[in-house]
Amino acid sequence: MGNMKVREIIAKNIAPMLRDGELVNLGVGMPTMVGNYVDPSVHLMFHGENGTIGASRQIPNDMCDSPEKFLAWEDAHSGYRSDYKTGHKDLVNAGSYFITLDEGSCCFGLATSFAIARGGHLDATVLGALQVDQHADLANWLIPGKRENGMGGAMDILSGAKRAIIAMEHQTRGGSPKLLSKCTLPLTAVHCVDTVVTEKCIVGFDDEGFVIKAMYPGVTREELLSTIEGHVSFAEDMKEMII
Amino acid sequence: MNKIITAEEAAKMVTSDKTVMISGFGISGTPNHIIQAIADSGVRGLSVISGDMGENDRGFRQGTAKLVGNHQIEKATLAFTGVNPEAAEMAASGELDLTFVPLGTLIERIRCGGYGLGGFYTKTGVGTLVAEGKETKIIDGEEYLFEKPLRADVALVKAYKADTLGNAVFRYTARNFNDTMATAADVTILEVEELVQPGEIGPDEVQLPGIFVNYIVEGKGAVL
Repeated sequence: MGNMKVREIIAKNIAPMLRDGELVNLGVGMPTMVGNYVDPSVHLMFHGENGTIGASRQIPNDMCDSPEKFLAWEDAHSGYRSDYKTGHKDLVNAGSYFITLDEGSCCFGLATSFAIARGGHLDATVLGALQVDQHADLANWLIPGKRENGMGGAMDILSGAKRAIIAMEHQTRGGSPKLLSKCTLPLTAVHCVDTVVTEKCIVGFDDEGFVIKAMYPGVTREELLSTIEGHVSFAEDMKEMII
Repeated sequence: MNKIITAEEAAKMVTSDKTVMISGFGISGTPNHIIQAIADSGVRGLSVISGDMGENDRGFRQGTAKLVGNHQIEKATLAFTGVNPEAAEMAASGELDLTFVPLGTLIERIRCGGYGLGGFYTKTGVGTLVAEGKETKIIDGEEYLFEKPLRADVALVKAYKADTLGNAVFRYTARNFNDTMATAADVTILEVEELVQPGEIGPDEVQLPGIFVNYIVEGKGAVL
């Protein structure tokens, strides 16, 4: 299975977990793809940690990928020459890309943005991870010895979101488990994960460890037991994942 | 009372013996003209508090990334280097001393510094490296960490528009750290794209009261 197919399966299976009217924070990378698979009848509000609710679309980066193009784009989208519907030089997402906003959006400073994140106002967050363990602990920000980028807002968002859904490839590229009895990498947050979605299964938690709630067609229980390191049980009402 | 100064005069207040807050989130809400003047001044050994280290992900340096690229920053307290890989590389080689703080904790520490509060308890970071050496407390059955306030000698902030008293208005996502950092330094310098006379911004439109602003620098457009 190719990497794009893996990401597509994971994003497709997370999308139905988000419910109409919910306020959701999507992390960068695979979590952002989830938005592409949400049913058009389900209206979500997206929280951007740099200070928005209601992001619409990203302006293609090739509009401003050289100093000359950047200056020209900024000039045409500064002051009151442009607005949130067409893009503005003072309107970006957390990845520093220019975006537009939907009607009914709002903008705010970081103190308010993190009041939203920590204060229990986010219905759900979808984040990537390096490891998740059977205690619902999560590691996604630091690999000792590798280049350190910082945790950004991930720890704050996980401490307050009502549901944390993790989009994660089932194993490392080298074939090692990422679902573990105990995370070996530095933690981002403890006892915070509600659901993990991989290309092979959907995983919840009980007091003993992982509970497999759905499996991808063709994946066997033996395969999951041999690729997850930790206590694994299987839900009685086992579901099939969306292909 | 005249608060208007040049970017060069602002840069002279930024010296290696001072801690400097620099606002902005990636490319948004950054005092680019003041940063350019600091870059031109050649001052080195700066101690910075900032959300990130600017942006150079498009192949050219913007905002604080210029000071990083010029080797002018010695140490920084920040939340992430995401859109400036160069800063992460310099930290890995030991040239740049970076202290990472969760973004929500960083803004709240700055808010406490400016609002006269002695710190706060947060669930962010409980059970992680962030908790090491910090006081913890169980409040209503949940574990919290104690985080201290953060202040600086100088804050460099940016707004879209201000009157000559410093009453300021931000646009879209360019507010980010600005309205909070402006409260948390001994000297706050505000860069604005549009400077207007008192009365042109209605009292209920003001997003940052001018009393937090010591100096104003006028600077239009981007600086690359």
